[in-house]
Amino acid sequence: MKLNVRINGKDKSFRVGPEEVLLDVLRREGYTGVKRGCRKGDCGACAVLIDNELFNSCVLPAMSVAGKDVITIEGIGTPNALHVLQRTFLEEGAVQCGFCTPGMILAVKALLDRNEDPNETEIKEALDGNLCRCTGYVKIIKAVKKAARSMREVGE
Amino acid sequence: MSGDKLKVVGFSEMKVDGRGLVTGKAKYTADWVENDMLHMKILGSPHAHARIKGIDTTRAWNLPGVVEIFTHENVPRIPHTTAGQGYPEPSPYDSFIVDRKVRFVGDRVAMVVAESETIAKEALGLIEVDYELLPAVLDLEEAMKEGAPVIHDEEEAHVIIPVPYDPSRNLVARVDMEIGDMEEGFSRADVIVEDSYYAHYAQHCPVEPHISLAIPDPDGRILIVTSTQVPFHVRRITAQALGIPVKRIRVIKPRIGGGFGTKQEILLEPAVALAALKIGRPVICELTRKEEFISSRTRHPIKTVLRTGCTREGEITAVDMHCLSNTGAYGSHGLTVVCNCGSKVLPLYKCDNVKFLGEAVYTNLPVPGAYRGYGATQAAFAMECNMNEMARKIGMDPLEFRKKNHIGIGDTSPIFEALGEGGEGVPQSVESCGLDQCIDRGAHEIGWKEKWGGNDGDKKIKRGIGEACLMQGSSIPKIDMGAASIKMNDDGSFNLLIGATDIGTGSDTILAQIAAEELGCRTEDMIVYSSDTDMTPFDVGAYASSTTYLTGTAVRKTAAEVKKQIIKVGAEMLGVSEEEVMVEDRAIISSETGESVSFKDVALRSLYMCDQHQIMATASHITEKSPPPFAAHFVEVEVDTETGEVKCLKYVTGTDCGQAINPQLAEGQTEGALLNGLSYALTEEYIFNDKGQMLNPNFKNYRIYRTTDLPEIVSFLVTTHEPTGPYGAKSVSEIGINGALPAISNAIYDAVGVRLTKPPFTAEKVLQALDNKNKF
Ligand code: FES
Ligand code: FES
Repeated sequence: MKLNVRINGKDKSFRVGPEEVLLDVLRREGYTGVKRGCRKGDCGACAVLIDNELFNSCVLPAMSVAGKDVITIEGIGTPNALHVLQRTFLEEGAVQCGFCTPGMILAVKALLDRNEDPNETEIKEALDGNLCRCTGYVKIIKAVKKAARSMREVGE
Repeated sequence: MSGDKLKVVGFSEMKVDGRGLVTGKAKYTADWVENDMLHMKILGSPHAHARIKGIDTTRAWNLPGVVEIFTHENVPRIPHTTAGQGYPEPSPYDSFIVDRKVRFVGDRVAMVVAESETIAKEALGLIEVDYELLPAVLDLEEAMKEGAPVIHDEEEAHVIIPVPYDPSRNLVARVDMEIGDMEEGFSRADVIVEDSYYAHYAQHCPVEPHISLAIPDPDGRILIVTSTQVPFHVRRITAQALGIPVKRIRVIKPRIGGGFGTKQEILLEPAVALAALKIGRPVICELTRKEEFISSRTRHPIKTVLRTGCTREGEITAVDMHCLSNTGAYGSHGLTVVCNCGSKVLPLYKCDNVKFLGEAVYTNLPVPGAYRGYGATQAAFAMECNMNEMARKIGMDPLEFRKKNHIGIGDTSPIFEALGEGGEGVPQSVESCGLDQCIDRGAHEIGWKEKWGGNDGDKKIKRGIGEACLMQGSSIPKIDMGAASIKMNDDGSFNLLIGATDIGTGSDTILAQIAAEELGCRTEDMIVYSSDTDMTPFDVGAYASSTTYLTGTAVRKTAAEVKKQIIKVGAEMLGVSEEEVMVEDRAIISSETGESVSFKDVALRSLYMCDQHQIMATASHITEKSPPPFAAHFVEVEVDTETGEVKCLKYVTGTDCGQAINPQLAEGQTEGALLNGLSYALTEEYIFNDKGQMLNPNFKNYRIYRTTDLPEIVSFLVTTHEPTGPYGAKSVSEIGINGALPAISNAIYDAVGVRLTKPPFTAEKVLQALDNKNKF
């Protein structure tokens, strides 16, 4: 089957199998920042934004995103041009192994896009589906608060 | 050096690999793309104990896309241990790449290699296995009984170091030690506390599961790219398991998605290497989450029977600890984990009469291995609960009781010498200890004075405060070795080559900081390349809380040597003697004239202009000691007396890891460890049926903590200076996981007066305990 989809702002067209999930297609096409942690929709490592909403791509049939706008971590920032979120995660020590980080950052992006000044409970709720075994989440939450602040200031 | 101000060490510099991690560009094993790659899937046993009478692979072979099938019939049968430890390994040689017997549900029966993962998976379902079922033993005390089923009845199972090992009785290890006079100790006690504590099964749950890729090359060598904590042990043990020379294997560790001990194991590497060599194409194998739970590694469940006595004045007169460890179907880390129950817990408190017995036994259950805390987690649970009980019984504040008894600067403990990892230890005295500051500040943060021992009267929801004091070690003395090479480049930058294994901990970063500090340059001048067995010097890997202390010192030594070479050239250029210069901020400066030459000048001269040579050095380090880091943990809980539900409101940790090389990363280690500990204490649990099958191998039903479970967390570091560590550093990565079990148990006791000894402390168990209490 042919899948026409917009990924990180670019129109793409892929051949996909009828059973294929979005995660596998994305990784095969080079978006390897999308991570595979459980393949059951339980960990958030594979999270992507679809029309600005957060989804676990491992349980999503690839064809279901036909015609939609998909954002992966590759569409957020690059090593030479980090997004505020990415920079703040680094500054605050919110990254250890980094395996949860792409999904985590997209979850934060989704949150801040709809709520530019979330309180701690809102942050925790928004990140509830993204497991991190390394950090204990403490510095992640701190990073979110700080990033939200700087994004409000510059109006990003 | 003392008195000099640190310029790089002690600062929270950004991770050197950070940009790749936050942008999704960093390469993990799964991101290593190879053309022509094949996929391996493993058939796991449905039975806890069975002999394979026959395997029919005909139907699987008929499936288009199947390339190879491995069973015990076509795989070399070479006994080895999967434990990624140094040679000679203290774990028994009781494992085969695949065997004709299965010893737990999930044990390996066959491996299929196919053109795609889907095909490989489908083929597994087409393999027909004829099992002869054997009686299974699922309880560790049953396993020790006369006439219990023998799990390792094969004659090859053996140990290669002189330690007790008797598979005919399912005995994997036994270690004992006694100092002083126990009888006298207990007879002097005014109060004796005895209880049994049951630390339970748990999985590490790295978000990235085990994954290994083997790529054959035309010269007959094989490259293994793998998610491991121990690349050099992977090379050695894979070579052994395949019966090929070490020189034919190169191991590269790319970025790793967490380990926590489960990747200190050689699980998939021999299998994919075998397949790639045979087929001549790259082969990858990645565990599913279910396989990760069932057939990778877990924490050792350990029953600790602890009897302790003290006088009314608070002197500890006797400690008698018996740890019985369930090492599952294979003895990986069986001996050393149970040794650590004693060696990383008993020295914390001064006592003249101490007895320790540790035993590890086989059962037909999933296989434990290394897990952050490594025995200390299990035994500290018992010790810290008993400490709390004893203090209460003699009417002393539990914190005062600990302060009165804990080991401190200048103290030694006979345990250090009597008990090590696998046998005897090494004598040492404590040269740095910030435990009192951890206790005092932690007590203040949690509100100990105001809240501890408080009475909530008839309230339905009661609050309680709990505490625990901890120690761990820093590397395995006289055994572990780390090495580093540093090479200077044209522009005054350096390649730092280390065997050490950054599994997300940030070791690449802190080692670069140590090198930069010693050299007199900045972290960004260090180009770090680690964990490639062809290119970097040896290192035992990421375990035993060793990297900062051990490899850190190797790096510092190497940098000091390189600095000498730089000074030589610099002094020549300045026309002064080597004694007359100092090094500061990438330059060699004449102390006399203030004239200077930069690192770049030195590099260009040494590479291109005069007496050309490569400025470069390699140094290794082994440690004579394993200085303990210390910590105090505090927790406040709420217990609902009607539902039994325990809620953690606040968690405070104070940690003395010496001089933190990078405080932010050190805090991160502590926070991650404590939350894992908390999750272990309150929710994580393996649920088995009576056939030894785990019923909840997924994140839906095996609950690890998420953001919404998070209590308020306060974590702080107490800086001390460990004279034997690099810039005063000790270890930090493991200790933080050990506090939650006892601290929560103590807090529940403080809240409602019942002692819970069987974690996880679920509502059901609390309710049951309250019921029992009310009956009497
Ligand atoms: S991999 Fe998709 S949620 Fe875990
Ligand atoms: S940083 Fe390792 S899982 Fe989050």
